[in-house]
Amino acid sequence: MKYGPLVFLAAFLALSASWCGFVLTPQIQLGRAVQETNSVVTSEMYPQDRPGSARQGLEIYRAEGCAYCHSQQVEQKGTLVDVFLTDAGKNSMAVAAALTEQHLGTFSGPGLAAGLPKPVLRNASLDTAKALANLLKKAGANSQLRLVPFGPDIERGWGVRRTVAEDFIADSHVMPGSQRVGPDLANVGMRLPDVNWQLMHLFAPRSVTKDSPMPSYPFLFERKKIGKQPSPDALQQLPKEFAPAEGYEIVPRPEAKALAAYLVSLRADVPLYEAPATPPPAATNAPAVTNAPAK
Amino acid sequence: MNATCTTSSASDAISTGEIDASCRVPLFTLLVSAAVWLVVASVFGLIASLKFHSPNFLSECACLTYGRVHPVATNALLYGFAMQAGLGVALWIIARTSQARVAQPWLIAVGSKLWNFGLTIGVIGILIGDSTGYENLEMPRGAVIFLFLGYLLMAFFSLVTLHNRRERALGPSQWFLLAALFWFPWIYFTANYLLLSHTPVRGVTQAIVAWWYSGNLNLVWFGLVGLAVVFHLIQQLMDRPLFSRYLALLTFWTIILFASWSGIPSSAPVPAWIPAMSTVATVLTLVTALSVMVNIRQTCGRGCAQTENPAPGKFIAFGTMAFVVAWLMNALGAIPEVSAVTNFTWYTVAQSQLNVFGFFAMTMFGAIYYIVPRVTGMEWPCAKSPRRHYWLAAIGIILIVLPLAIGGVVEGFNWHNLKMTNVDVAKNALNFLRVSTLGEVLILLGNLMLLGNLIALSVRYYKIHFVPVYRDATATLKPAEAKP
Repeated sequence: MKYGPLVFLAAFLALSASWCGFVLTPQIQLGRAVQETNSVVTSEMYPQDRPGSARQGLEIYRAEGCAYCHSQQVEQKGTLVDVFLTDAGKNSMAVAAALTEQHLGTFSGPGLAAGLPKPVLRNASLDTAKALANLLKKAGANSQLRLVPFGPDIERGWGVRRTVAEDFIADSHVMPGSQRVGPDLANVGMRLPDVNWQLMHLFAPRSVTKDSPMPSYPFLFERKKIGKQPSPDALQQLPKEFAPAEGYEIVPRPEAKALAAYLVSLRADVPLYEAPATPPPAATNAPAVTNAPAK
Repeated sequence: MNATCTTSSASDAISTGEIDASCRVPLFTLLVSAAVWLVVASVFGLIASLKFHSPNFLSECACLTYGRVHPVATNALLYGFAMQAGLGVALWIIARTSQARVAQPWLIAVGSKLWNFGLTIGVIGILIGDSTGYENLEMPRGAVIFLFLGYLLMAFFSLVTLHNRRERALGPSQWFLLAALFWFPWIYFTANYLLLSHTPVRGVTQAIVAWWYSGNLNLVWFGLVGLAVVFHLIQQLMDRPLFSRYLALLTFWTIILFASWSGIPSSAPVPAWIPAMSTVATVLTLVTALSVMVNIRQTCGRGCAQTENPAPGKFIAFGTMAFVVAWLMNALGAIPEVSAVTNFTWYTVAQSQLNVFGFFAMTMFGAIYYIVPRVTGMEWPCAKSPRRHYWLAAIGIILIVLPLAIGGVVEGFNWHNLKMTNVDVAKNALNFLRVSTLGEVLILLGNLMLLGNLIALSVRYYKIHFVPVYRDATATLKPAEAKP
């Protein structure tokens, strides 16, 4: 390594290698990715474009540097399988006997058919779950396997599956974040879909989350004197200590509305082939229509 | 003082005095602006840190919110102080080791001005909400062009200086600097072109490019330049050659081969091979840390600061230790099992602070305290201030890194503990952060001392060298006017 050109060549080759590895190859692999029907349960395109206001909200998210305290990456440790009994079949006694034999608790034949689908095995490995499904099939029952990703992030309710590259296709600039001073936001729209809640949280975080260490963003809002009619946009239900004086109201500026729209649009919960997850039963079975109150 | 360079006995050799004189203009431009940005960085860093004591502190003003103040602090530290000081010190080392006068010193100074102009635009851009949102690359497009052109000017004439060297064979410091000078424009252009041009890369590729850039800047560029300074100054301070050139070669190769692949966290939502490769490469940088440790230890023997003025030696010794620890922390944090706890926590912040400030900035302080008296031929106005700065900076950075590293690990475990709500975890981590504010205050004080010293020295230099010249020039005029 005595000579200049040699040192230069070494540096050139090393940097080219790293550049080809982490700049060129990802671009070839992911750069042309488009929205696809890569979803497990529907044939809808994923990811859907965000609505216009949410796209503007991403700009506010960037300008205010939200990503310095909030990540948008849900991790998972692995996936476990639940077995749901969907149909007890004709011979429910045999099914119950088969389940009892597997030490899955005590089941009675007649009770089995009630309240289906119901879980008969939770958090098992895929092999165990498949074996049970076969067993049930032999006994004449039908079952369904549900994939349940697990990990601390998912148990915190930050998402139903891990975040993957596909979730970001529709966005620019992509800000996955590197720190969690606050919770992960990859699915905040799933967790907290109420726009008014989001706006109140931006205006005064401690008005909705006690002791929250998040700063408030009062400059995204306007304090206005209530005119002839209160503004339809004004923040509703602000607790007393955060509410403006009598006769005034807090109206979100367009920036706040856009940011709230963006936050509500953040949900990466569609199951994908590279990140499968079966939505919980409540989500798939729409609320029972029969009990709906007559209008 | 100049004992190290008296060996060059050839009659046509350029004296060290001449070399130092040719450095003066660019070095002062770079170092004074670096010191100004250093103070800017620590003021904004302190504001950002105070936000954790009271969330509504300065929250009324959009441009003083955490999301803007924090990137300003990082950018001012990285591009304002670290890179400018690095380029200045690198220039001096290149000139001294090459025994050549600096080529086009005024153009290098112009490059520094362009760089500072771009940086000012960039910082204002971030403050008014024009940040790009990519970490370490927040400055908007308009600013980046000036920074890039400024860098090209500075680096080009540094390379010309290196090219004019008397001895064709290159020493370790020169390998490191040559590679670093060439490295930055490539990564900076790639990242900014792919992220900020009219047709940027899409989706998560953006994040990959930004991570790749950050890894290359923080580990490769700072590693190469910082270690070049350490290697050069250790030899000067100890007045003996480096223990092993081969170990230095190993350090060099491991940095350019492995550290250049680091930076992508194992949690990244990207195809699995990318974080896997990055993890392997990052763990292999352990070799870098160990080779530096052995080489410096063996070179120093027992007394690392046995010189007439021990302050530079102390800074360099601290910087070397911080380098080893920071790179160990980095390699450790890349292992998936560890990363599952430390990722997204203050641990990563502690690591990067230790690398950028504990290692790089401390090394630069040492170099500045060593070089400036030689280049100006003047002692520091306050002889004790280098040592005071050392203690302030050393205690300051320890008070930042230690609580954040411990707090980060605790925070990581807390996120796994479902009994704690989000607010509980965040509030628990704040206790550690609040200790680090004290460190920020100490660092700010130290930085103010450095700036004050540099300015006082410049003023004194100006008084000694320019005022008499000006007086003489004006004095001859007066009698001439009086006569007719």
